[in-house]
Amino acid sequence: MTPADAARAVDAVWRIEGARIVAALARMTGDLGFAEDVAQEAVAEALASWPENGIPANTGAWLTAVAKRRVIDAWRRRERLDKRHRAIAHDLAEAVEDEWEPIDDDLLRLVFTACHPALSRESQVALTLRVVGGLTTVEIARMLLVPVATVQARITRAKKTLAAAHVPFETPDPSEWRQRLDGVLSVVYLVFTEGYSATAGERWTRPDLADEALRLGRVLAGLLPREPATHALVALMELQRSRFAARESRTGAPILLADQDRSRWDQGQIARGRAALRRADAEAAARGQGRGAYALQAAIAECHCVAPSVEQTDWERIVVLYEALGRIAPSPVVELNRAVAVSMATGPATALAIVDDLAAAGELRGSPLLPSVRGELLARLGRAAEARAEFEEAASRTASAPQRALLEAKAAALD
Amino acid sequence: MKHMLIMRATADAVAAYEEMDFETVINAMGAYNEAMMKAGVMVAGDGLAPEPGYVVDFSADPPLVTDGPYGEVHELFNGFWIIQTATADEAVEWAKRCPLGPGSKLEVRRVTDETDFADYADNEFVKKEAGWRDELAQP
Repeated sequence: MTPADAARAVDAVWRIEGARIVAALARMTGDLGFAEDVAQEAVAEALASWPENGIPANTGAWLTAVAKRRVIDAWRRRERLDKRHRAIAHDLAEAVEDEWEPIDDDLLRLVFTACHPALSRESQVALTLRVVGGLTTVEIARMLLVPVATVQARITRAKKTLAAAHVPFETPDPSEWRQRLDGVLSVVYLVFTEGYSATAGERWTRPDLADEALRLGRVLAGLLPREPATHALVALMELQRSRFAARESRTGAPILLADQDRSRWDQGQIARGRAALRRADAEAAARGQGRGAYALQAAIAECHCVAPSVEQTDWERIVVLYEALGRIAPSPVVELNRAVAVSMATGPATALAIVDDLAAAGELRGSPLLPSVRGELLARLGRAAEARAEFEEAASRTASAPQRALLEAKAAALD
Repeated sequence: MKHMLIMRATADAVAAYEEMDFETVINAMGAYNEAMMKAGVMVAGDGLAPEPGYVVDFSADPPLVTDGPYGEVHELFNGFWIIQTATADEAVEWAKRCPLGPGSKLEVRRVTDETDFADYADNEFVKKEAGWRDELAQP
């Protein structure tokens, strides 16, 4: 086996076993940063040993055993340096003798620690992709379109922050469970949305990043099967991901929902998304709860996914879902989306009143969203001059060249 | 990327499999499937019933339909998974963990996606899509 073959094999094994190995080591040491470091040393040892000795039969156990030896070595060194640690190290060394059995609880601790609120959002994303996703820093850099050194710096900073803040390797207390779980889900969804409509790079969608988020979401749903929100997030991501093939032109430009070839939507993925939404609804019902924000967004996506065309979409239902979403997660973007749905369900005049209220409240100032929607509504109402002014205003507000070209074309078409 | 793991077994392997305790087989496969579910990589999977089905042979026009496959076809296709992984190596690593014995093989084949049809610019469906290239807007 060549060193290159070994490197590929190690990466593949790490991707499957890495999270559980790091989780078990962090549980043993109580220190995620240290656990990740010794796990990396084990990987380095595999890269040196496997080309010569072949791939061991049980790769996960091999890597764990090597990492555990490194932990004990480090403890022995520390013991010499500081006698006060001797008793603690002794207890921990005894614990190491126990049979290593990766358990879901450790993986859950890993997820919550990687998304700890002491960390910046960028560090949470990098550390989660690294330790939970089992991706190399090179892979993360490629997915996030940032230099490898930047990813390394974010992970290093994250480990230092966790150590400095004495963040325990634990799942949150019941009192802060809800908030911490929301934090974890939002990290996963942030990774997905960056893949769904990339804010950087040449392509509109980045399927590999979206798929990684989906995988993390499925892992979470498996770890927390009784939490409605984990299934709802998976449902939302599956349903949105199902449209990727039709959402982007060959040149990487976005294609309007109305212009998408719906035969290219992934029906298997839609079925999985709908099943996940039903599961989320069932878990919520079992707790006597209604739909949360992810479930409502998934339900909206579902309306689009099952509709044969824009005209045959159940816009009344979408309006109701946006109203519910606006009640539990009010935001001007939700309100603007509600206005678009109202314009399809009832007509542009009613929708314009909603948009005018948003404008009067000074919302979304500087964003092209509001004037572009307002322009559409005015155009449909036959108020061409006002519509043209809105499109021109929207064009002046966007940094995206394709979007500006479209808005300018819409303005010109009203002459 | 998605890969299909195609399970094939020689007649001997099928015979050996039938000797095994079915509950043991179900438990081993169940644990394997559960591991892939928990890892978030499993997209689909099913077994194919052991009895012969039908073979539609396009050497004739109209195609010739026979019972089968039989006899000389030693390599039986008896089940599949579709898994979604970051790399082909990861898919191979999952395949290696499948609880199968001697005589069984797993073929790991990439499932095509939209990027595979770039060379078919003359196809009417691809042309239809090309017409949209200028339709640039919000999703």
